[in-house]
Amino acid sequence: MTSMLRVDQVKVVFDHFRALRGVSLDVAQGESFGLVGESGSGKSTLLRAIAGLVPVASGKIAVGGQVLGRKRDKEFYRKVQMVFQDPYGSLHPRQTVDRLLQEPLAIHGFPDGEQRIRRALDEVGLGSGFRFRYSHQLSGGQRQRVAIARALIVEPSILLLDEPTSALDASVQAEVLNLLEQVRRDRKLTFLMVSHDLAVIAHMCERLMVMQNGEAVESLAASALGTRDVSQDYTRRLLKASEGFVRT
Amino acid sequence: MSALLEIEDLRVTFPTRTGVIEAVRGVSFSLGRERLGIVGESGSGKSQTGRAIMGLTPPQARISAAKLSFDGVDLRSLPAKQRRALRGNRIAMILQDPKYSLDPVMTIGRQIVETLRTHEKVGNAEARERTLQMLEAVQIRDPKRVFDLHPHEVSGGMGQRAMIAMMLIANPELMIADEPTSALDVTVQLDVLNILDRLVADRGMGLIFISHDLRLVSSFCDRVIVMYAGKVVEELKASDLGRAEHPYTRGLLDCMPRIDADRHPLPVLDRKPEWAA
Repeated sequence: MTSMLRVDQVKVVFDHFRALRGVSLDVAQGESFGLVGESGSGKSTLLRAIAGLVPVASGKIAVGGQVLGRKRDKEFYRKVQMVFQDPYGSLHPRQTVDRLLQEPLAIHGFPDGEQRIRRALDEVGLGSGFRFRYSHQLSGGQRQRVAIARALIVEPSILLLDEPTSALDASVQAEVLNLLEQVRRDRKLTFLMVSHDLAVIAHMCERLMVMQNGEAVESLAASALGTRDVSQDYTRRLLKASEGFVRT
Repeated sequence: MSALLEIEDLRVTFPTRTGVIEAVRGVSFSLGRERLGIVGESGSGKSQTGRAIMGLTPPQARISAAKLSFDGVDLRSLPAKQRRALRGNRIAMILQDPKYSLDPVMTIGRQIVETLRTHEKVGNAEARERTLQMLEAVQIRDPKRVFDLHPHEVSGGMGQRAMIAMMLIANPELMIADEPTSALDVTVQLDVLNILDRLVADRGMGLIFISHDLRLVSSFCDRVIVMYAGKVVEELKASDLGRAEHPYTRGLLDCMPRIDADRHPLPVLDRKPEWAA
């Protein structure tokens, strides 16, 4: 299988704090890869480093076999799209859905915007009735659908998902997860997904990496979570915690 | 056992420009010295129910109830001053996010001391001593250091422990916890729940645990109330959750991904209008 996204010994430093201490991973074309860990483990920072939102101190990132330089080209910013955790914070409060979706199209010079916007809204199950609404007129789940539509509209090949459903109710989470699976199948996308919820990662991903304190603890197949076939204590603790409260 | 809290036909309505919004529509339950979970999605009225008991409903809202009594005291007709004396003293509330619900410009120690001295006549030295003890009781390892820290200097889990300490210092008989662990990591979540569990058991408090996480609530509480659209759709023993009958409860349980099951796509909730009727 060809590698779609390769991260090699990436380090990120904020002032004196080492947020990522040399993390490597390799995601194949069409694969869905999960990152789990507690807050501060560096899972989101890794995602942001790949997206170019935080400066990389050292190490290499390659997309589709091409190593990224310090300055990334426009093509990169089309091919790699991100969906953020907080659907309330990631949409412009004074822009309509239509305007939100036009912007990436204008930046990347796509023709026939009209048609694409209609198609993108259909794809995420929102219909044209939502097109001229503002984000405050939408529910959390609908907003996250708009965020997904905004990512998909420029036809990316990699989607970086930073806790896309943790702000949503369980029932809405199920709908959004189903939608994400559907678009991955339809468009043969590669996913890199961050979540603190092991069950969500086990459901969505084929492989995953457990992180703690800016380092990889272990990498395993998602099926290994179901059979409890894990080697590190920290992963075991996360697994146990996901089973709910046990009175001692 | 006499009930600590009795609620009958509680309604909370918000008048808005586009009409009246009924957030809570006739909720009844009674609570002894036990752990009761209230579960539902956003907008189901679970938080407004908790706030109505606490007396924290926004002023524009209207509350009505056939009965709303705490330990024999009728909360409906209680003057504001006496209600205030009750709040924080005999009834306490833990809020979701310590980042927003602690005072950012006051040290953690001073906030807890303030709560204590509002409700009890104690000297400075004693208040400090009791605060340190309380911080220790919520398993903060170095209470003297944390006493002098501001909320932004501590982690989410630590902030939530500080809030629990603040709520417990006046020895309340009823604790309302509104999503107390939703902002925390899974591993920290269990630590905080463990602390809460022990304190509730030791002090014989009544606890109302409000959450959207059905599985967490069922593993923590004795009894669970499931709310939908402002109404109680089902009430059951936590251990019987697997035998829930209402399609909404079943749907909520079913739509969560599981580690050891491969279900693609996930079943989604098919909302029926008659559930809200």
